[in-house]
Amino acid sequence: MDIVYTIWLRNVKRYLRSRSRIVGSLGMPLFFLLVLGFGLNSVVTLPGMEHGYTGFIIPGIISMSVLFTSVFSGIQIIWDKQFGFLKETLVAPVSRLEIMLGQTIGGATASVIQGLIILVLSLLIGLNITSIPGFLIAIVFMVLIGLSFTAFGIAIASRMEDMHGFQLIINFVVFPIFGLSGALFPIDSLPSWLRSLTLLDPLTYGVEGIRYGLLGSSQVNPLLSFVVLTGFTVFMVVFGAYLFRKISI
Amino acid sequence: MFAIEVENLTKEFDGFVAVDNISFSIGKGEIFGLLGPNGAGKTTTMSMLSTTLKPTSGKAYVNGFDILKNEDDVRKSIGIVFQDQSLDEELTAYENMDFHGRLYRVPKEERQKKIAELLKLVELEDKKDNLVKTYSGGMRRRLEIARGLLHEPDVLFLDEPTLGLDPQTRNHLWDYIEKLNGEKGITLILTTHYMDEADKLCNRVAIIDRGKIIASDTPEKLKDSIGGDVITIHSPQKNDLYEIIKDQTWVKHLDLHDSSLTISLQNAGQHVAEIVNLSSEKGISIDDISIHKPTLEDVFLHYTGRTIREEEANTKDRMRMMQRVRR
Repeated sequence: MDIVYTIWLRNVKRYLRSRSRIVGSLGMPLFFLLVLGFGLNSVVTLPGMEHGYTGFIIPGIISMSVLFTSVFSGIQIIWDKQFGFLKETLVAPVSRLEIMLGQTIGGATASVIQGLIILVLSLLIGLNITSIPGFLIAIVFMVLIGLSFTAFGIAIASRMEDMHGFQLIINFVVFPIFGLSGALFPIDSLPSWLRSLTLLDPLTYGVEGIRYGLLGSSQVNPLLSFVVLTGFTVFMVVFGAYLFRKISI
Repeated sequence: MFAIEVENLTKEFDGFVAVDNISFSIGKGEIFGLLGPNGAGKTTTMSMLSTTLKPTSGKAYVNGFDILKNEDDVRKSIGIVFQDQSLDEELTAYENMDFHGRLYRVPKEERQKKIAELLKLVELEDKKDNLVKTYSGGMRRRLEIARGLLHEPDVLFLDEPTLGLDPQTRNHLWDYIEKLNGEKGITLILTTHYMDEADKLCNRVAIIDRGKIIASDTPEKLKDSIGGDVITIHSPQKNDLYEIIKDQTWVKHLDLHDSSLTISLQNAGQHVAEIVNLSSEKGISIDDISIHKPTLEDVFLHYTGRTIREEEANTKDRMRMMQRVRR
């Protein structure tokens, strides 16, 4: 456990020191929140939007923030590989599983903080947190998204040689995961073929879980969301650990 | 008991033999050097001994632990300073040390005490809270050495410890390395392609070329083995010169190279005049003639027929070729 803590500590220290990264990765979610939220708030009313469109997409934007930060945190292992620091870690008498878990929890921590910043900013534009248990439920789902997608990033990084493929991953993997998740639209109003597609996207369950926590209503049963997302997290951590074990320096 | 024992160690990469059936042993408290040009297999050997690379065949023991069966015990008992930097630049020197100490499970109080002590040893104590990205190359190197010592290893691996450093910093580092060996009795194994470094630091040297150890002994004995003095002659008619000199009785060893001729002999001073007279009689012009005590460079030349610098160019060509083939 102390090794996991050590790796976690290093990750969190690095994250807290990179102010430009913290501020920089707020840009896109805030842009979506303000432009879509205010732009469409008055014209869009759909079933399942008792809180207006802005209220509806806040959980989606929080998920987006957690998603991008966590994938990026995972992929950051490639930097460590290129700058040599990974060698120092891998040659120590510790297991790769401990290193991978430390990285995963570290990345999840950073991404949850990032999500919380969006959540706090959302309070300024009209989000009301009415119940503490609901808030905690939202946190639990943020943690699960953070863990699973950091592990996802680590899995990718274990197979990548350098950062050249990064754009590819962001554009062809991460954006579709975000876009299909029901972060920006209610999934019940979709044509049925598209709806089944969104239900294959693990992030959907994260968005719906946070939505249930913050708004008190969701289109997917929160228990189902929790079970699916937990299952996905366990799978991703195991898969990430498996690939990370085979990483070569 | 040996600190390191290597038996018939071999490593192949896709048909390219990087390390070819090498065997050697290093006693406790020795400073042992692996000397050779870039691409000779030094770093590959180091990687295998530090368990980051699996050998294709052969055996090795570090501090009595089998590198294949007791990976963790090997790792706990060694410290490594890699050829490429391996510090976290976004952390301070102290934090880098602390991270390392925690990874090697050094208890908190001991960790704090040792970090302070080691940072003092490498003269970085007053900059310990600065981020590593503000450090110069020499400071980083010193920090890495300090870090490698934090968990009190019995053997310290130094892979090209002074590569890319200015002469002053190199001298400084050499002093540290000698001090470490003298005061703490740590066994040091270092790789280098600097002949003077191997000569100055090492108790014993193994010269490695194209994956094979071609000679191994103390630097003095290696140098003695090729004669008392070396005369190097540059001449446009070096082949003719070779023909005249090779029959002289005082010649111990004569080598013809791409650009020069080297003669190993005793009392070179007495024979220089003779060489000059002989060559002017035959009308052979000499551009340059010099006498020096043999260096490890001459030893390398003697065993391989090439200078290390020529070899480096060749290695680069070969690597480029290999890359092309891969594409």
